[in-house]
Amino acid sequence: MTAIIDYGVGNLFSLVCSFEKIGEDTVITRDEEVLKKADRIILPGVGAFSDAMDKLNKSGLVPVLKEQIKKGKPIMGICLGMQLLFDKSFEYGEHNGLGLIKGEIRPIADDVKDLKIPHMGWNALNFKGSKHPLFKYVKQGECVYFVHSFYAVNCFDSIIASAEYRTDITAAVASKNVLGCQVHPEKSGETGLNILRAFCEMREGAIC
Amino acid sequence: MITKRIIPCLDVRNGNVVKGVNFEGLREISSPVELAKYYSECGADELVFYDITASSDGRKLFSDILCETAKNVFIPLTVGGGINTVDDFDRVLKCGADKVSVNSGAIKNPQLIEQAAKLYGDQCVVLSVDIKRVDGVFRVFAKGGRENTGLEAIEWIKRGVDSGAGEIVVNSIDTDGVKKGFDLEMLNEVCNAVSVPVIASGGAGNIEDFITLFKTLPKVDAGLAASIFHFGEVKISDLKKEMNKNGIPARL
Repeated sequence: MTAIIDYGVGNLFSLVCSFEKIGEDTVITRDEEVLKKADRIILPGVGAFSDAMDKLNKSGLVPVLKEQIKKGKPIMGICLGMQLLFDKSFEYGEHNGLGLIKGEIRPIADDVKDLKIPHMGWNALNFKGSKHPLFKYVKQGECVYFVHSFYAVNCFDSIIASAEYRTDITAAVASKNVLGCQVHPEKSGETGLNILRAFCEMREGAIC
Repeated sequence: MITKRIIPCLDVRNGNVVKGVNFEGLREISSPVELAKYYSECGADELVFYDITASSDGRKLFSDILCETAKNVFIPLTVGGGINTVDDFDRVLKCGADKVSVNSGAIKNPQLIEQAAKLYGDQCVVLSVDIKRVDGVFRVFAKGGRENTGLEAIEWIKRGVDSGAGEIVVNSIDTDGVKKGFDLEMLNEVCNAVSVPVIASGGAGNIEDFITLFKTLPKVDAGLAASIFHFGEVKISDLKKEMNKNGIPARL
């Protein structure tokens, strides 16, 4: 069973439907006990970084989340949820993140001057290094759906896939059992569902 | 590199998909849920649902259909039609829409764009504009293309983007339903005026029209059409193969 953390950010309808589609049970929860029992955890998120981080802190779930990560439970942040995993973000100011993945979130516009922001639409995945288990069912070059104006930088060691938008946009990251997807797997057609399928096969302590 | 998007548009009335020619003489075809699934499987990059129902019963039916579609289709969904208030945004977003398209509602109440953008983010607010040449000037039309608002189109679009619209759908009434190609002149003016994604709508008759669109106007991000897809005159998979052959990035 996969627990989706409910901390009052964004609409989880599509995400829940996509897990349903691949036959995975989900529970939307802010209950510590449920998070402890779950096989894996999703940290969702849309909107502004500082607002989401405030809400996550106020939910009181950060300690249990970190404890579960320490135990080796797979956790994946999606979109803004991925960004929250990083040390800090420079989205309208400077804000601390969860510090689970080394690196920071910066405006795409700092590095890409003459392209449209947000980086919105379907872009091809370029795997970095040997293919990560998250992409077990996905081929190099398959397209996924992005909508974002900020992206993760200074995180070379954890990048498992990027997309080209005149610069390399961090598409997905992993640091042991902590994973992050800038892309929206719930909006990326069969490719997205395949990313979720692979995530749902991950078990506690079994990720390289 | 980001791919050019191909977007089928489904006009929905009383639970069925319809397509008007020059906005008149509506003809009903097929279940929207089935059609959406079909398009998603054959490579559509996004779907637009326009609710052209007037009654509240029809609106409820539309919400149910939207929910049913969102449960089965995992590509971005944009919803338009009858969006007049922030509550309307809320209603369709809860049913699984990713983006909401405003048209007449924003003309009646220009603050709507700003209010919605603040609540849901710019990326969620699509400004759809029906444009027709009147004495050589691009004018904005309301109420499904029936009423000349007198607004100058490029000014209106710039205002919309300044207020927070994250994407523009340009629907040329002059070329809509004529199937002789997109309105390149109109689209060029819009692309030069704004820096947000621009979706071309109205006039596509065959694959070549899309190739011409993206080759002539590289700033256009997406092409939208309805009947040519619904009646199988253009298959999305064929269209995308042809785009790739012509050096236009498309998701296969």
